[in-house]
Amino acid sequence: MNPLTTPRFNVSAPDSRHVLLDIRHLQVRFHTPEGTVYAVNDISYQVHEGEVVAIVGESGCGKSVSMMSILGLIPVPPGEIAEGTAEFMGTDLLTMAEDKLEAIRGSEIAMVFQDPMTSLNPVLSVRRQMTEALRRHYGMTGEQATNRAIELLELVGIPDPARRLGNYPHQFSGGMRQRVMIAMMLACNPSLLIADEPTTALDVTIQAQIVELVMRMREQLGMALIWITHDLGVVAGLAERVIVMYAGMVVEEADVDSLFDKPRHPYTMALLAALPRVDRRRDSRLKSIPGAPPNLLVEPRGCPFAPRCEYVVDRCLHERPPLLAVSPTQRAACWVTTGDPAFATSNEFRNNSR
Amino acid sequence: MGRYIIRRVLQAIPLLFFISIVLFFLMGQLGDPVATMGGRRVTRPSDRERLTRQLGLDQPFYKQYLYWLVGNDWTTIDMDGDGIGDTNGTRRGIVRGDFGMSLMKRGQTAWDVIWDRVPNTLLLMVTAEIVIIIFALLIGIFSALRQYTAADHMITAVSFVGFSTPIFFFALLSIYIFSVNFKRWGLPSLPAVGMFDPQVGKTPGQVALHMVLPVFTIAFVSIAAYSRYIRSTMLEVLNQDYIRTAKAKGLHGRQVLLVHALKNASLPIVTLIGLDLALLLGGALVTERIFAWPGMGRLFLDHMQRFDTPVVMGILVILSISVVVFQIITDLTYALLDPRIRYD
Repeated sequence: MNPLTTPRFNVSAPDSRHVLLDIRHLQVRFHTPEGTVYAVNDISYQVHEGEVVAIVGESGCGKSVSMMSILGLIPVPPGEIAEGTAEFMGTDLLTMAEDKLEAIRGSEIAMVFQDPMTSLNPVLSVRRQMTEALRRHYGMTGEQATNRAIELLELVGIPDPARRLGNYPHQFSGGMRQRVMIAMMLACNPSLLIADEPTTALDVTIQAQIVELVMRMREQLGMALIWITHDLGVVAGLAERVIVMYAGMVVEEADVDSLFDKPRHPYTMALLAALPRVDRRRDSRLKSIPGAPPNLLVEPRGCPFAPRCEYVVDRCLHERPPLLAVSPTQRAACWVTTGDPAFATSNEFRNNSR
Repeated sequence: MGRYIIRRVLQAIPLLFFISIVLFFLMGQLGDPVATMGGRRVTRPSDRERLTRQLGLDQPFYKQYLYWLVGNDWTTIDMDGDGIGDTNGTRRGIVRGDFGMSLMKRGQTAWDVIWDRVPNTLLLMVTAEIVIIIFALLIGIFSALRQYTAADHMITAVSFVGFSTPIFFFALLSIYIFSVNFKRWGLPSLPAVGMFDPQVGKTPGQVALHMVLPVFTIAFVSIAAYSRYIRSTMLEVLNQDYIRTAKAKGLHGRQVLLVHALKNASLPIVTLIGLDLALLLGGALVTERIFAWPGMGRLFLDHMQRFDTPVVMGILVILSISVVVFQIITDLTYALLDPRIRYD
């Protein structure tokens, strides 16, 4: 199915597209001298062909780690994928032989990283870094790969690409480096691009350009996109579906409209309530979430958000809530808000989520 | 780049000048060259006086240094002791390539005495350095990849032993095991001293065989040190974001390691090699002595003991120059390896 003809916000559409990536019960741990870090705790979700999914959550909630672990990019040891499967086009990435996984990385699944200042190799030329994936996956000759690299640089909006190809990363600005990085990762026409907070390290004006560039590339190339971010503003603008993570767990999963209109997990509500709004009085204080995220060195028990949750009940402390469907396109892991259909429309809830 | 090299060379000149003054002064205080020249027989005060005058040792320090540096063929020196210059000087000074005559080896110039040993030292030390780099790279990278495994811990332990063993002890131990005891047990043993067996002659095979023990003695300690450096710089580099990027592109592990990681990790290692290469030209004093290897290190010790100023000063000057030259080469290698470094 052509992703360009797929309506962006048709919530029932994802089901009709083929499943590209199917993560089930993924658990990732790190064995450190301080103890075991429970980084990702039993997460499951799917990404369909050509779909734009945003993964939202605060620092250290396991968004990046979950993505890197399925690509075999976390160091093992100390990392350990304790459980789970991650099927990509029908084959499990987690049990795949290293050379098979290498063949998928960079060609079928590509990843753009957070900090373009450190993600490019400082001592190798841009030409070298751009062409090596093409040589590796397509067996291109130096000249073919160079021509393709020039095309790609032009595509991402780097002026005078033929000359710039001979430059080194330090000769580019941060925004330009991220463009190079994106061009590099798109070289082999991946069917899934994972963008791991690609705008966090950039100026605000450049951020918008990079978001726009990635979205334009997605429309042209039709790949699925997983955008990892903690910026809800970016999410609203680009995603079809949003996955909210907290303490290594998925706490809510919804189409973008439902998430912003009727969030069902107290954490999502609190996140939305914390957003600064233009229609709020200037002297009113920004809302924040009291407390601190849980210590991941302790094996999770019950709902991870319970200590900070204003709706907490006894059950939350002992029993971890599964993702419960509240509508065909929305699921939330909460005993309280999902159990009572009236709750979402109650006044208290409305006020808190605004 | 050309300008940079010229600037570095010009900067080196006053440095070398200063070093040579210090060395020349120290050499002058060491002992009595006259005794070396005549052996024990020069005991007659008149002979001593004549020799001292002929060698110019009666002159003030600045004059001795000046003659050594630029020669004395532009002036006359006093040979008969009346305080008036009567003979034209013949020395052309070290700046014109005249290192003077060796006091120990009669009739030979210091330059010839030194140059005779240079190939032997180079042969031994370049071989040792190659062995060091190859083994240190293999061990360093291996232990970086296997950090905190049993193998890594064992390498760490062995390196510690290697690092803290005095080189003379290791040299004697290796002779004791591979030369003395292997012969006693009827195993094929390695020769302990010299460069070749006089009965066989100086064949490449003989020289290679005689090189085994000294090369590995020199290499052992350095491998221990180098491999530690390589391990730690590799560990640092392997944790960098760009290594993750290289992996995310689907490159083979080998390519990630040898191209993306090693090129970044090589900078500190190049510094180490650059400094060592200069010292290496001076020969390994202890090793050459123990294994009776006819190199510059042994030459230096032998002539130092007999106060052979021209030869010792010659060796020291050659070493000082090579330190400077290798440092410039090291700096240029940086620019070659890291595009962020520019010398314009």
